[in-house]
Amino acid sequence: MKLEDPKAIRLAWIGFIACLVVLLLLDLVVEHHPHFGIDGYFGFSAWYGFGTCVLMVVGSKKLVGLFLKRKDTYYDD
Amino acid sequence: MIEFPPGLILVVGALLMCFLRGSAWKAASLLLPLATLWGVWSVPDTPVAVPFLDYTLEVVSLQPATRVFATIFSLMAFGGALFALNQDRRVELPAAFVYAGSAIGVTFAGDLITLFIFWEMMAIGSTIVVWSGFGETARKAGMRYVNVHLVGGVLMMAGIVAHVLDTGSIDVVNLSSLDSAATWLILIGILINAGAPPFGSWLPDAYPEASESGMVFLSAFTTKTSVYVLMLLFAGTELLIYVGAAMAVYGIVYAILENDMRRILAYSIINQVGFMVCGIGIGTTMALNGAAAHAFAHIIYKALLLMSAGSVVFMTGKRKCTDLGGLYHSMPITMWCGIIGALSISAFPLTSGFTTKSMISDAAAQEHLMLAWLVLTAASAGVFLHAGIKFPWFVFFQKDSGLRPPDPPANMKLAMIFFAGLCLLLGVYPQPLYEILPFPAPPGEHLYAAYSGAHVVGQLQLLLFAGLAFFVLLPMLKRTLTITLDFDWFYRRFFPGLWLHVGLPLLRVLAPLHTWIITGLPRSAVAYFGPNRARSSGPGRLQLGIGPAVLLLTGFLLLFVLLNLLDPSTVPVR
Repeated sequence: MKLEDPKAIRLAWIGFIACLVVLLLLDLVVEHHPHFGIDGYFGFSAWYGFGTCVLMVVGSKKLVGLFLKRKDTYYDD
Repeated sequence: MIEFPPGLILVVGALLMCFLRGSAWKAASLLLPLATLWGVWSVPDTPVAVPFLDYTLEVVSLQPATRVFATIFSLMAFGGALFALNQDRRVELPAAFVYAGSAIGVTFAGDLITLFIFWEMMAIGSTIVVWSGFGETARKAGMRYVNVHLVGGVLMMAGIVAHVLDTGSIDVVNLSSLDSAATWLILIGILINAGAPPFGSWLPDAYPEASESGMVFLSAFTTKTSVYVLMLLFAGTELLIYVGAAMAVYGIVYAILENDMRRILAYSIINQVGFMVCGIGIGTTMALNGAAAHAFAHIIYKALLLMSAGSVVFMTGKRKCTDLGGLYHSMPITMWCGIIGALSISAFPLTSGFTTKSMISDAAAQEHLMLAWLVLTAASAGVFLHAGIKFPWFVFFQKDSGLRPPDPPANMKLAMIFFAGLCLLLGVYPQPLYEILPFPAPPGEHLYAAYSGAHVVGQLQLLLFAGLAFFVLLPMLKRTLTITLDFDWFYRRFFPGLWLHVGLPLLRVLAPLHTWIITGLPRSAVAYFGPNRARSSGPGRLQLGIGPAVLLLTGFLLLFVLLNLLDPSTVPVR
């Protein structure tokens, strides 16, 4: 099966989401050693990772990119 | 037992390589790094000193972090040479060896003068490596590169000279108190080489213009030598925590916006070095061990990523993500090695990033540096976003570009497989690395245990949910034919533009004034005071006889003597 196949893509999504769910559930099993309090909340790494990544992408693309993006021929003389 | 800096094996050997051809050249290019590696472990424990002017230089001196850095630099020279074995540029590899050997020289330096000499030799070697990319863009980028490094070098030299004048000593000591202008100059000089913003833009500007193999070498030495020197001189400097955190975030933001795959990887060097700089700022033994271990692992997986990207450039001639995609069809080895590098840089469990980088975050947590820890954790997620997924995804998957190049020649594949193997080996068995870190564990104790349930699950959550963010935001991350302005804009556009549009026109406007000062003023002086004109001219002219002329001259002399008297340098001291 080619990876471009929509079926393969759907299968990959299902597998991926299953992994995410299992990881979240594993959070209940492992023993935590929080240092700050905030890192002791359920699934901290999960939502912190997701949230900061969304923030970084949106911030880069919409804010930094807005001011500093140029055509890639900008420096060509 | 050798009693000279082991880096010189590479430097001198590289210079002798010009006499070699064909298989002798190839044999030398693989054997010199291995001989250097042997040399690194064969130097005496006591310093080797040579006299120089009024000083005694310790050219071979084992500092806590010497061996771990010198070892990886030698290994890197070997892997890079293997990757470059099939290319026919005659100057690039010897230049890279001079560069690598000088970096090793820095790690063995026991005094500031030796350190500085090798530091500057690196700039020469690396500039020639950039120029070996050939073409106009590489020439210009190399020019900018060397100029930035010369500025950094002069700052550092000024700092060292001032420090030696202040203290009378050339010994390497911890300067983290930052109590003099000298220490600031040294710090800024090092940070320029480390790629810290706002001075770091030379890195993504110059490195991607080097050849496929050239950038593999470049990625390893300059920034990591800076990490070594920071560790030597500035361990525990609080400012570095913030500098490092800023570098980590800056690298991610620019990498997200970038389209050129090797520039993405260049920005991620800055991001990764940010972790190390942060660790050095924290300054505990665990943080310093983490920074050294991370540098070791980082050199391997970054070289691996750049070998993978370099293979793609070598086989397709293309470097923009917009032109690439779907290469998994025909370059499986390059793809898998690229993915292993990508997982390692993201610190996936079972890879070298996991057993090294997490030491730095853990050190931040132990010191209760919440802000640093939060930034580093976000940056860890961001690494996966911009390098871990973005690089392999847009090059090997995403859309089908229709390109079907085969995997690169055997030596390039071997080099990738060798480094990919090291990434995995350090991920499952990091003990040999832990044993050569600056502060080894007491006998019978573990230096660091990366594999705890909470750590593995937490890291996987962080990375896979970062991956979720990537795929959810994929439409927004679509590649565009753009670049992002960085600090190099100031010296590539702003100052040249200022000169062209303001400075030069202003000078042209002032040209009549200038002409009058240098020609008109003397002429009218002659007309006024000169002997012939004065006599022949009509009434209204000032008529000076001998007496007034002498008076005028005396007046000038008095002025001159007065000014000379006021010269501060003639005032006696005390």
